[in-house]
Amino acid sequence: MGPELRSWREPHRLVLIGVAVAIIAFAAINMRWDWLPRYSGRLVEGVGTTLWLLFLTSVLGFLLAVPLGLAQAAGPVWLAAPARAFCTVIRGTPLLLQLWLLYYGLGSLFAEYPEIRDSWAWPYLRSAWPYGVLALTLSFAGYEGEVMRGAFAGVPKGELEAGRAYGMSPWTSFRRIWLPRAIHRALPTLAGETVLQLKATPLVATITVVDVYAIISRVRQDTYLTYEPLLLLALIYMILTGILVVAFRWLEAKVPVKG
Amino acid sequence: MSSPNSGAVASAPSSPPAVEVADLHKRFGELEVLKGVSLSAQNGDVVAIIGGSGSGKSTMLRCINMLELPTRGAISIQGEAIDMKPDGRGGLQPANAAQLRRIRTRLAMVFQSFNLWQHMTVLGNVIEAPVHVMGISRDEAVARAEKLLERVGLFDKRDTYPAFLSGGQQQRAAIARALAVEPDVMLFDEPTSALDPELVGEVLAVIADLAREGRTMLLVTHEMKFAREVASHVVFLADGVIEEEGPPDRIYSAPKSERLQKFLATVQ
Repeated sequence: MGPELRSWREPHRLVLIGVAVAIIAFAAINMRWDWLPRYSGRLVEGVGTTLWLLFLTSVLGFLLAVPLGLAQAAGPVWLAAPARAFCTVIRGTPLLLQLWLLYYGLGSLFAEYPEIRDSWAWPYLRSAWPYGVLALTLSFAGYEGEVMRGAFAGVPKGELEAGRAYGMSPWTSFRRIWLPRAIHRALPTLAGETVLQLKATPLVATITVVDVYAIISRVRQDTYLTYEPLLLLALIYMILTGILVVAFRWLEAKVPVKG
Repeated sequence: MSSPNSGAVASAPSSPPAVEVADLHKRFGELEVLKGVSLSAQNGDVVAIIGGSGSGKSTMLRCINMLELPTRGAISIQGEAIDMKPDGRGGLQPANAAQLRRIRTRLAMVFQSFNLWQHMTVLGNVIEAPVHVMGISRDEAVARAEKLLERVGLFDKRDTYPAFLSGGQQQRAAIARALAVEPDVMLFDEPTSALDPELVGEVLAVIADLAREGRTMLLVTHEMKFAREVASHVVFLADGVIEEEGPPDRIYSAPKSERLQKFLATVQ
């Protein structure tokens, strides 16, 4: 069932809105925001970087999660075992570690081979963002692969059987029934994972990718201010999270399904 | 097409039978569920398959469209034998996937638990196989589906998802889905067993309506009175073999085998 549409006019909500407005008004009046215009352009760019990192790695990670989940749910052992191992390793180690292993490990390894340094790919391999994209993608795939395993396994057998009974080929049945049903089952977790992914993106600042977090760090270095930039950063992430949550709710509500 | 009450024996033998099952065996591990079942239904026949639980009647029906793979035996639909080959473990498997898919679209199945696709609306369920299996244009499929939904009394529910329908409505939607492929034979696998008693009637009414218009149907059911009314031929399955078969009036009023007499005594 879709979530009930809740009115913002309920008393407790009005109180919360009032409190929020008061906090923002206090912060706006009593804190220093004169730096904001100078950095606004870069902040917008930073938000842009954060967003494309989020979308690119979520989409790529999800595309990887589908075969990972399918292999574990229905694949032969020689596919299921490596898929399970991948998910276990990714989920069992810190993302920061994965990021640094890829950037400092793989990055410096590549640099030792002249063939690679001379190749067309070197300009990419020399920059930081491909490693950030790779690490975030693998991380998302690891978590979501596990979710998709459960989602694939949980699609009622009878619906797949009905597909076969009506003459569907395995591919048609996968495309028309198994995958869409599994995705819908995974949507609530997918929403949560995407929000977590958003909040994992600032880690790429540690390998010199300039996202919104990196810009805020720059502001702090330049202005010696602590709270104002960090509060703004919190606000930015909260707004982005809010947008994601609303978008996923809308998606979920489109197809109401029991079970 | 012959009239619904002509019976399997009386049907004209000139055209091949709609369904012919010969010496069907099915084994689940140690358990032999079907021990050599042979059955034939002419076009227009309504064959009711009755029997106690565990008698193998659902398994037999599910073997006909190969949802269960038989261990041994042969199945022909409209005279065309389903290609099978040994699976290397003592059973059979389909030898020609394309042929099986084509034959399956001729055999529409209605399941005990409806098995509607929950992520599609009622209309979506009904047009799914015509559009995505048989390649009929969407507009044509929708036009046809709306007529079928009208017929089963669900036209106003066409944009509803199955989760919001009663069991009886879901089963009627499933029947519309089955009709949408314009099947040669409809297979009903205990279509009312999962329904609340007060919802059974509306589904039986639709099935009886289809029987009257001369649809070929194989119907596994526990509804004895209903089977007697709509069937042209009744098959009593016990312990994986056909214990007795014949026209409904004879089967119900003058059962010969002791097991059938006992069975009828317990269910009536």
